[in-house]
Amino acid sequence: MPLIVVEQLEKTYSEGDIVTPVLRGISLAINKGEFVAIMGPSGSGKSTLLHILGFLDTPTAGSYRFDGKSIEEHSEEELARVRNKKFGFVFQAFNLLPRTSVLENVKLPLLYSGVNEGEWDALSRQAIGAVGLSHRAEYEPSQLSGGEKQRAAIARALVNTPQVIFADEPTGNLDSKSGELVMGTIQKMHQERGHTIILITHETYTAEYAERIIRLKDGRIESDTKVANRRTGDSFVK
Amino acid sequence: MTIKHIIKSSVVGLKTNKTRSALTILGIVIGVTAIIMVVSLGQGARNLILGQIQGIGARVIAIVPGRIPKGPTDILATLTASLKERDLSTLKRTEDVPHAEEIMPVVFGSETVSFEGQTYRPTIFGGTELMAEIYDVYPERGRNISEDDVRAAADVVVLGTKVLETLSPDRDLLGERVKIKGRNFLVIGILPKKGAASLFNFDDMAMVPYTTAQRYIFGIKHYNRIIIQADSEEHVAATVNDVKAALRAEHGITDPEKDDFAVETQTDAIQTVSTILSALTVFLALVAAISLVVGGIGIMNIMLVSVTERTREIGLRKALGATNRNILAQFLLEAVILTGIGGLIGILLGALLSFAISLVITNAFGLLWSFTFPIFAAILGIGVSSAIGLIFGLYPARKASRMNPIEALRYE
Repeated sequence: MPLIVVEQLEKTYSEGDIVTPVLRGISLAINKGEFVAIMGPSGSGKSTLLHILGFLDTPTAGSYRFDGKSIEEHSEEELARVRNKKFGFVFQAFNLLPRTSVLENVKLPLLYSGVNEGEWDALSRQAIGAVGLSHRAEYEPSQLSGGEKQRAAIARALVNTPQVIFADEPTGNLDSKSGELVMGTIQKMHQERGHTIILITHETYTAEYAERIIRLKDGRIESDTKVANRRTGDSFVK
Repeated sequence: MTIKHIIKSSVVGLKTNKTRSALTILGIVIGVTAIIMVVSLGQGARNLILGQIQGIGARVIAIVPGRIPKGPTDILATLTASLKERDLSTLKRTEDVPHAEEIMPVVFGSETVSFEGQTYRPTIFGGTELMAEIYDVYPERGRNISEDDVRAAADVVVLGTKVLETLSPDRDLLGERVKIKGRNFLVIGILPKKGAASLFNFDDMAMVPYTTAQRYIFGIKHYNRIIIQADSEEHVAATVNDVKAALRAEHGITDPEKDDFAVETQTDAIQTVSTILSALTVFLALVAAISLVVGGIGIMNIMLVSVTERTREIGLRKALGATNRNILAQFLLEAVILTGIGGLIGILLGALLSFAISLVITNAFGLLWSFTFPIFAAILGIGVSSAIGLIFGLYPARKASRMNPIEALRYE
């Protein structure tokens, strides 16, 4: 059974009398361990889809089952718990806490996890090591390059060993060299640690790191294809 | 999420905006400082005044004429002539009031004293030779009023220092004669300087035999007080009851409600003064507490700014698994830490200022002023300032906790 099953998903935003449909009936299934890229021009609804898949937003209509359980069956608290335990998020703008070391930033999800505090340091350093930032653990975000910031954010997404990592335009704020490094890191996490990865991007180049590309247009799926020629990232650490 | 980490994250937040944090808690600091000072100084004043009342002696019982006034307009009730010579003789009968060791009638009022054209209007205090012992005021020079003076209604006077200095700034009056109501009084003694803070201002007094005061100065037959000194502190309560019973019998009173006299002890006086001082302290502390509320509004204001500034952080924390309650707790605790620190600083500052003031009072005014650190007020100060943090932090914290994570993450 697929990890993520979405059927006839709809999302409309209404402000006063103006009703804006963003998702107009999306059905898809994603298996455990898949690396999927969701593409589309801005306004196509890809971010909204990611937010719903990541339990940050709820659909207006249709159904979404994660790991066999429908999103409606979760209370507010349970949604937060699933986000904490099973999901990891990587954002375009990194969203690292300023004036806080990489180590402390990576620890952040552990604060809400119920994991014994004695293990926080080791878990965080392990995640930082996995993205090759051990030498920057004590640095603050302002002392890091863009690529390093995003890799710190990936370490933060990894620290609770989630099932799914959602990456929302992770290379959007990076130069191409740093972007390649970040994508290589994400790909490595997929290959070596078996995380399911859902990536949002508007660049075909970046999407080709994935195994499968879903293209959205005007709130509907335009195409859903396997990637024939996968790009393999130049992983920074051998 | 543990409290330790919330504290850590709020300390980071406070450090980033040092000036802002300092200014924010200033309101709380001032409020708590004011409360501590009011309570501490109130305590000092209480100790001073009660100490003076205690100086009168715990064995002293005062019988006051007239019934206890039933209300503010009932002041006439106290202006009666119900204590007469008969009462004195009744009380002197030892079988009725066995524990009365000393009995002294007192007559007082205001009258002009003059010496070589200089005049002054002190309190004329008419008593007996027991005055010095009961009130612990022995003449510094010269002698006390004697039993013979009282019996003979002699024209002798013991002067307080202020009376002496006003009538004759340059020359000692001991052995000289001063005029009261046209009569010449021989100055037989001069009292030591007691200071203006005394319950009775002995500096501003002229002491004469009560017989003289009755006959030649005020022209009355009754007494303004009868003072009794019990033989021991344990017998004060019994003596009060004996006095009441004896006087009721003498005055033919059966209903205690209709007493035409009142009996006061040091305990009563302490209680009265205590009540007044407590009420005053509470009132002033409440006024000071208003500034705490103003401080609380400042906290709320700055917390709202902080919530807005950290919208993205709130969104991020929610995406990473923080529940609404986690976020609420974080911002609430930040507000409480802020006000708690303010409260602590306020307590230290208040104690320091009160101590400084107590030093000034002791050294500059020569009063026996003791500094007390009001532990209760300190605990209350911390408690109230933390509560203010809770109350005024609640609205901003709720606002933070209810943020939509997506909108918060997108916030620019």
